Parts: sequence; C-alpha cells; structure tokens
Amino acid sequence: MTIISAGGGAQDIAERPVRRGRLTGAVPTAFVGLIVPAVLALGWEAAVALGWSQGRLMPPPSRILATLWDLAQSGDLLVHVLATLWRVGAGFLFGVLAGTALGALTGYLTAARRLLDPTFQALRSIPSIAWVPLFILWFGIFETSKVILIAVGVFFPVYLATSGAIMGVDRKLVEVGRIFRLSGPQLVWRVLLPATLPAYLIALRTGLGLGWMFVVAAEFMGASEGLGFLLVDGQMTGQPQIILAAIVAFAVLGKLTDGLLAAASRPLLRWQDGFRPEG
Amino acid sequence: MLTIESLSKRYPNGHLALTGIDLTVRPGEILGVVGGSGCGKSTLLRIVSGLEAATTGRVTLNGTAVTAPREEIGFVFQEPRLMPWLSVRDNVAFGIRHLPRAEQAARTEEALRRVGLIDFAGAWPRQLSGGMAQRAALARALVGRPSVMLLDEPFSALDALTRYDLQDHLLHLWSFERPTMILVTHDIEEALVLCDRIVVMQPGPGRVQTIATPPLSRPRDRADPLFEDWKHRLLGELSRSFRERHSGDEAFPAAAI
Repeated sequence: MTIISAGGGAQDIAERPVRRGRLTGAVPTAFVGLIVPAVLALGWEAAVALGWSQGRLMPPPSRILATLWDLAQSGDLLVHVLATLWRVGAGFLFGVLAGTALGALTGYLTAARRLLDPTFQALRSIPSIAWVPLFILWFGIFETSKVILIAVGVFFPVYLATSGAIMGVDRKLVEVGRIFRLSGPQLVWRVLLPATLPAYLIALRTGLGLGWMFVVAAEFMGASEGLGFLLVDGQMTGQPQIILAAIVAFAVLGKLTDGLLAAASRPLLRWQDGFRPEG
Repeated sequence: MLTIESLSKRYPNGHLALTGIDLTVRPGEILGVVGGSGCGKSTLLRIVSGLEAATTGRVTLNGTAVTAPREEIGFVFQEPRLMPWLSVRDNVAFGIRHLPRAEQAARTEEALRRVGLIDFAGAWPRQLSGGMAQRAALARALVGRPSVMLLDEPFSALDALTRYDLQDHLLHLWSFERPTMILVTHDIEEALVLCDRIVVMQPGPGRVQTIATPPLSRPRDRADPLFEDWKHRLLGELSRSFRERHSGDEAFPAAAI
C-alpha cells in the first residue's frame, strides 16, 4: 500500500516507478518474450543446416516461414485466418454471453444454483471431441455446429468464474450496498460486477484460450477453409511444413488476441492493489 | 427521537444475543454503548440500522418503525469498507447517487473538505492510510446528511494517536449538523471523550447493566481528575459484569476474577 504523506495530495500520487531488471534493461520489455522461441528456432535451423537432422518430418523454421509467405502471397492464408477468426469470434461471443448470464444467475440466486449447477458441472467434464458427432447430427456440417462447439468451450470457464466470483464477493461490501438501500439490480451493477471484474477478465482470457483449442476440433468437422482445415490438409498431403505453418499461425493469433484482451482489461483494473513482481 | 423498546434478538441457532433492551436517544445526543465481547453491542447497532431484524420489540425513529436501512440513518463500520474500484470522491458520493449531479458534486466536495481529504479526492482507497480511509468512510456516511449516525467501533483498528485525532474529528463533524449518534466502543476513554450518556452492557444474554451520565464539560480533558474518576467507575462496572458472568465458571476461579 502506498501511504500518502499528509502534506502531499492527489498530484503527488505517482504510479509505481518502472523498474528495469538486468534482462529487461538490455532488451525492450515487449521483446523479452521472443527470446525463448527465437533461440529454439535458431537452434533447430542450425541442427538442420549442420546435417544433424534431415528436417523432413520437422522442417526448419526457414521452410515454415517460406510456406507461410507462399500462403500469404496466394491469399490463402488470409482466407484461412479470417475463417478461423470469424468462428472463434462468434463462438467466443455466444459462450461469453451464456456463461456470464448463467454464471451470474447461479452466483446470485441460491435456488438457481441448486437447480442448474450440478448439471453444468456434469456437462463440463465431457471432452470437447465427444460433442462433435452429436453437433454434426443436430446442426449439420457447416458453420452452426462449429460456432456452437467453440461456444461450449468458452462457456464453462466463464460460467464457473462468474458464478464463483459472485459468491466470493466480500459480504462486508454488500452490506455497505444494503446500508445505502441499493436495489437488487443496483447492487449487481454497483457492487457485485465491479468486485468480480478481476476474476471475470481472467475467465475471459481462459475462455478465449479454450476457444482457440476448440476451433481446431470444430474445423476437423468437414471444413473447407480455416487453420484447422490447413492442419488436416497438411496431414493428408504429407506436407509437415503446412501443418507447422498452421500451428505457428494459431500461436501468433492466440497470443495477439490474448494480448488485446489483456490490454483492454488493464485500464479497468487500475484500482487493484495486487502483487507486482519487480525486476 | 430514536426509541428502542423491549428489544430482543435470538439467532436461528437458538443463541439469545439481546434481551429486554429499552433505550431512548434524544435528537443531537451522542450515546455510547460499551461492554465486553459478545454482549450484543454490534447486534444492537445492526438492528437499529435496519440491517438485522429484532426477534421481539421494535426500533422507531420519530415515530416510524425502522425495519430496513433508511436514508436518515448513516452507518460507519469498524473497517472503512470503501469500494476499492472507486476513487475517494466516488466512494463518498456512493450513497447520494439519486441526487442531481450538481448537488452530488457540491455535497461530496463539502464532505471531503470537512474530513480533510479534498486533496485526495482522485486517489484510490489502496493509496490511503488507515486513518484517512476511515475519514473517507465518515464522509460517506455524513454526505447524505443523516439525522442519526451509528458508529460500530469505528476507530478500534487504528493506533492510539490516529484514534485521538479521529475522535476530535468526529466531534468536529458532529458540530455541523449535530446528528444523533450511537457509538459502540470497547474503549471506555473514547466513550467518555465523545458521549453524553454511556450505556454499559452485560453479556449472556446482552442487556443493559447501567446507564451513566458523566457530568463532564466539553471539550473533555483526559487529564481532568473527574474524567479519570469516571473512567474507573465505568471500568468497575465492566469488571462487575465480567465477574457476574463468570461466577461459578471453572475456567475463571473466583481468586482470578
């Protein structure tokens, strides 16, 4: 906790100084995370160049980058990326909406929790792949089944975190709301929602991560485009560089979307007095 | 006028927390409630605030029964309980969101000035010291201009110097609108510094043991021999209550108490 001296004021309240450790002092912070993948890639490249590995089943990074470049030049990469992004986006949206609404309901109302939560907990333990044949039968092989499968993946972490976070809200803060005569919806809006925000935003990031995992299973369901399709295509045509190019694209897109979500969350959590490791 | 009549509270587990409480608090009076742990001081305050329901009896404010929290009744808890996601200004304005914006702003600024936190209006609660946070909580309770203020051991978690400072501050704040105050405390000295009358409560079940009206002029001087004399009298009352409660109790042999 920062204690403000009596002679100071709001103007004196400075944000924590940015401390640079030895590692981050030498390399800009944003690029520190690239060190490990770059070292691994260079190591593999060198292993193939020195003849220690043929690189047939595990092509070197230069070949993967060349494949990505070719796919980008032909316009195929954009088509696959957009198809996957659309599916993840739509599935994420529906999963978040359903997870938030039902999580809030079961967190806020004991009766709803007793009625619904056991069912959701049972459904949660079903592996994603088990839904695939059923969803194809129910919703066909096109977009609907894919989006629903992704939404199912996103739903559970969001549902669980929302419900758990509401039940974990400090009773003392709720009491303050009662003293000031807040109605039910006002209590939700002014106390419960902000109090659950940190856990909820983490749940969104977890949900998004699962959305990226589920899209692969979804695109195995007879897709003709998308990064998941590219994986299957690479396997069928015996081109591991295509499989790895798709995996790299998944990793980059997953990291980018998670980074965007984390950046969008940050201003909402400035009030938090959490642990910030230094160095 | 705040009236408490034949009040009792029994919890669902059968524990009788309060019994036979009859009190009348005059407008503008500062009433202290002291007693050992478990004598029902905080339960009494929560029933008066409308946060909890009485099992029997009733609380009335100017003739109307108090059955739920009301605008005329402010509450300051033992901990500041500021909303960590709101700035100090927004925390103070928390209870007056129904007022027009201009009035909200004017009242909040006035309350922040009165508690000496106007320079910290934009700060987060995490950036305040314990004493400052409790002053913000006082401002939040007072900004709605309640006619009754209930304070549940508001300074008990603070160090002695900050506590003295906030006791003076509370009297200063009280002097503006002179709301009726009920102060629950375990600190006899605090009750003597602040209160017009002091209710000593007895545990097992919680009930009124005695009501003292110390003839001390304001401002109260802790070094005044009369202040010291009253402090010992009230401590004597509390010791008597403790002895009565534990007489025959094997854990507390007579020689020890």
